Formats: sequence, structure tokens, C-alpha cells
Amino acid sequence: MSHSVSRRRFMGTAAATGALALAAPSIARAAGGPIKVGTYGGFFEESFKEFIYPEFTAATGIEVQSIAVPTGETWLVQIKNAARAKTAPADVSLMAGTPRNEGAGQKIFKSLDESKIPNLKNVPDTFEDRYDDGALFGVGAVSWYITLCTNSDEIPEAPDSWAAFWDEQYKDKIGLLGLASNSYLLEVTAVTHFGGTDILDTKDGIQQVFDKLSEVVPNVRLWYKDEGAFQQALQDGEIPMGQYYHDVAGLAASEGFPVVSTFPKEGGILDSGYWIVPEHAKPVDEIHEFINFMSTPETQASLSRNVGTAPVIDPALTDLTKDELAAVSSPKAPIIPRYDIYQDHADWISDTWNKMIAG
Amino acid sequence: MQTAPLSRYLSLVPSSVMVGVFFAIPFVMILLTSVSTPAEDVDYRYAFDLQHFERFLTWFYIERALFSAGLCALIALISLLIAFPFTYLLTTFGPRTQTSWLIYILAQLSLSEVLIAFSWQILLSRTSGIGNIIAWIGITEKSFSMSPSAGAVVAALVYLAVPFSVLLLFPALSRLDKSLLEASRTLGASPLRTFFTVVIPVTRPAIISSGVTVFVLTLGAIIVPQVLGRPEHWTLSVLITDQAIFNFNMPFASALAVVLLVLSASVIVLVTRYAGGAKS
Repeated sequence: MSHSVSRRRFMGTAAATGALALAAPSIARAAGGPIKVGTYGGFFEESFKEFIYPEFTAATGIEVQSIAVPTGETWLVQIKNAARAKTAPADVSLMAGTPRNEGAGQKIFKSLDESKIPNLKNVPDTFEDRYDDGALFGVGAVSWYITLCTNSDEIPEAPDSWAAFWDEQYKDKIGLLGLASNSYLLEVTAVTHFGGTDILDTKDGIQQVFDKLSEVVPNVRLWYKDEGAFQQALQDGEIPMGQYYHDVAGLAASEGFPVVSTFPKEGGILDSGYWIVPEHAKPVDEIHEFINFMSTPETQASLSRNVGTAPVIDPALTDLTKDELAAVSSPKAPIIPRYDIYQDHADWISDTWNKMIAG
Repeated sequence: MQTAPLSRYLSLVPSSVMVGVFFAIPFVMILLTSVSTPAEDVDYRYAFDLQHFERFLTWFYIERALFSAGLCALIALISLLIAFPFTYLLTTFGPRTQTSWLIYILAQLSLSEVLIAFSWQILLSRTSGIGNIIAWIGITEKSFSMSPSAGAVVAALVYLAVPFSVLLLFPALSRLDKSLLEASRTLGASPLRTFFTVVIPVTRPAIISSGVTVFVLTLGAIIVPQVLGRPEHWTLSVLITDQAIFNFNMPFASALAVVLLVLSASVIVLVTRYAGGAKS
């Protein structure tokens, strides 16, 4: 089971894969050789290697050298350090919202040539990242949901709203992600109690949301940074409720554990990884070809089936069945993280968050 | 003093280089980073900017620093209370018993903090922990979970620290002049009184160095407070990790590390000056 949760697992794997990725740049790329593609180490990378890259190579003749990259900002820092030496630790890689925003601020990503990515037409605007001058630098790759997960032995009737976190009957029974910038609980609170994330536009608004969110603290038993720890507790019923990744919860349920993932009526949290290209990546054409291939309906469907991610393109374009789609997503409008606030108010949010969870 | 001064200094070169490369340079870099200033196009620039220390100077971080110091002092005290009588009794046994015990204790040191933290987590869990035994005996009706809690953090840190205490106390206690004890007994003191009025004063330097070492050691513990404690039990080290790994705020992480360093250095200085120096 543990291999399937290591995708976003931070401690340990982040460091280990970091070391791997650091070693990678020294491997010289022969002309016409493989392109180096970075995905989150663990289950993600293995699934990409097994199901996606062979298809890409068969379709284009371009070999892929897979690189395990750490989640979060560690990877961004490695790209930055490599950029100082005018190299790139990967030619193209997945990156999540907060580090992507920060990297964009320092312009460490290559601008992409849209004419070389015809399949970009499949990708909605919300999954395209652009610099202020309109140049494209990030293209949606995969999405995943964070939902309200419960242990059905302990809580037979799963609540249908995030508001359950505020319910006193769950005192000391909830597990939540340990950081403001990966739990997206400010967004959840804003949508559940303030009618949307617009309130997060201002610092005063964020403070109001914090005040509301702090009412959850007595109910929280575990603020987890390590997915494995919470999954274990959720499966055992030790901590019968919390926020967790929809795909991994589904996997646990399919293995017979009493775990239920519910899309609350306010929507699940939709987080996503985008393809970004470090400034000094060389095989420009191959990279564009890769991103183009990843944006086809066929590849997006294959990702949903084999990696368990939600498509970033309109599902109607894919041949996913209703059940297959339901397994990875929900028709309800999702809660979209406000990555911008974690950059604009980074220190303040982190301090206020730490104070809040420490009671 | 037969060796010539020059060769004596030369013999210091390899170790000085090692200390310089692996200790002094990273330390200077942490110092420089802690006073760096944020920049638009890069993460930070070296400068003399005290804003990261200003950020520390809020009650939240100060309270965390005091909590960390208090927790580690408590751990040092409890480990001494466990380790000292144990080591003292151990020295009264034959060499074979002593050796087997010491090997066993040394083996404990090979367990990493991570392993210890997660083992204690299982031990204190509701489903597979000692809660089941308590319920089985009939003390409580149902099994219950004992972590995360302050008690869990203390228990695991003491577990981590006791082997160090024993190993640091052992040389002094085993070299303890037994004739002192005999003299004390001959003069009519009870074993207990001998222990408190002879053994403890004589081995005081070892007690202090053991306590200080455990204090500094547990100050650096990250995994145990994080895994077994609630956020209010997280130490400064946990916050440093958060800043360095998750928020990637190296300057602030460095500033906190400098604070931690100052904290442990002042404890070492104070304790050795006022407790160790006063020995008769």
C-alpha cells in the first residue's frame, strides 16, 4: 500500500528523490537521445513509466528518461540552482501551484511555442499558466481531488459537507493536512462559510477566514505532513474523518478497507500538476511534442485509468465511461486553490497558521 | 612535552581542516543566510538584514523556544533519574554482566529517531497498542489511543535519551573509588545516605555533562515531537524543518537555527559555569 501514497509524501522520499534528481544533470544527453521527464517519485512515476511513456515513444519515436522529482518547493530550488549553472535537471517536469507561481516570479521557466502544441486547444484556459506578457509557460498535466474521507465502521453515514469539520460531535476525531499551502483549508473555509474564495483577496479577509477556521482546531487530532500516517489511522478508524486524496482513498477502499471518499456539496479541492520547462532545457522540439502528446484526449483518459488522476481537459473529449470518470472526479464545481495568496502573504499565512494549529 | 611545538601543531592540521570544512563553513553560511535580505529575482541576497530575527521576536516563536528548552530540560532530568540508579547498580555487577548490558545499550543507539517515533506511535495506538492490554486487564472498558499527546513525546524522547545518559555516566561510575563507599558505610551511613552524600557529589561532573548532552541532543529531535505530539508540542526544530523544507524560507530557517544554537550554547555555558565549576 505504501508505494501508492508516496507520490505526495514529503518526509524522506522528498529528500531521497531530491538526491536522485540532483545526480541526474551529470548524465549527458546524447543528441537525439531521450528527453528527461520529471514526475513525483513513487506511484506516480512508476505509473507514468509503465503506461504513458511507452505510448509516447511508440507515437513519436522519442525516448523518455524518467526522473523522480520531489513535491513542493524542493524541486523548484533544484531547478533554480541548476539554472545558475545554465543547466536543467529535467527537460520537462510536473510542478504544483505554489512553487510554480514562485518560479514564474523569477522567470525560471521557458516560454512555450503554442504553435507547436496543437492539442492545447483541448486544454481549458484555467489550466494554462502565462507570464504577464501572455507567454505560455505551464500546461495542465494531471489533476487530483482532496475530499472528505471517513471510516465507514466508525462513521456509517458520511457527512456531505465540509461544515462537518466544525461539528462538535467530531471532537478529536479529524485528521487534516499540516500546512496552509497544501491543505487549502482557507479556501475550504471561504467556500463553506463565506460564499467563495473572493474573501481571500485581502489580508483582512484572510484573517476573517482564519478566525472561522480556528474553530476547527479542537476537533483536530492530527495535522499530518506524512500521508501514510493519516491513511493508516483512517483505515484503522483511529482517526475516523479528515481530508484526504480521493484517488488513494479509492485505492484503499478497493483493497477492502472501510474508507469512503465523499465529494462535499461545496466541492472537492481540485489540485493539479502542470508541465513546466526549465529555462535551460535543450531539446525544445521534443519537449513541445511531449506536452502536445500529454494533452491528447487519449493520454488524458489513459492517465485517469492508470494513474487515477482527473483529466485536465473536458472529459467529454475523452472516451472515459461514466463510472471511470466518477472514480476520479465529480461533476460538482470544485474548490480551486488560491495559489496566489501563499505567495503574496507567505510569511504571514505560515505564522498565523502555526499559531492557529498550536492552539 | 617531548614533541617539538611545530610537529604538535602540524598534527592538528588534519582535524582542523575537517572541522573547518564540515563545521565552520556551513555554520558561517547559516549565519550569513540568517541576516540575508529578500530579493525579487533570486531567493535572497547576502546583506545585513535583521528582519528574520524580528519575525522570531513574536510571542509565538519565543514561547516555542522556551517550550523547547523546558521540554529538553525535563527529558534530561527524567533520563538522569532513570539512568543514574541503573548505571550505579550496573557497576556493582561483574564485568560479564556489565559488558552484555553495555552492548545491549549500544545497540539501542543504532535505532534511528524515525524508527523510534513510528514504533512508539504503534505502541500507543488504539488498535495495536498497549491500550489493548489495559482494556484486557480491565482497567478501562475499551482500548484507547495515547498519541498524539505530551506524554507520548516525553516517553519517546526519554527512550531516545536514556542510552546516551547511561553511556556517559558509566565511565565515571565504574571508576568510582569503592573505598569511599566502604568508608562511608564504616562510619555508619546507610546505603541510601551513602548514595546521596558520597556517590552523587563525587560523580557530579559526569551527571552534568550527561544532562547537558541529552538536553542538546533532544533539542535537535524533529520526528518524535512531530509524529507523537500535537502542534502545541512541536519544538523549534520542527518549525525550522517546516521553514526549510516546506516553506523554503532558508533565511528564516537559518535565523531560527541561530536562535536554537544560542539557546543551547547558553545552557551549556551556564550549567558548566554554575554547576560544573563549583565542584569541590
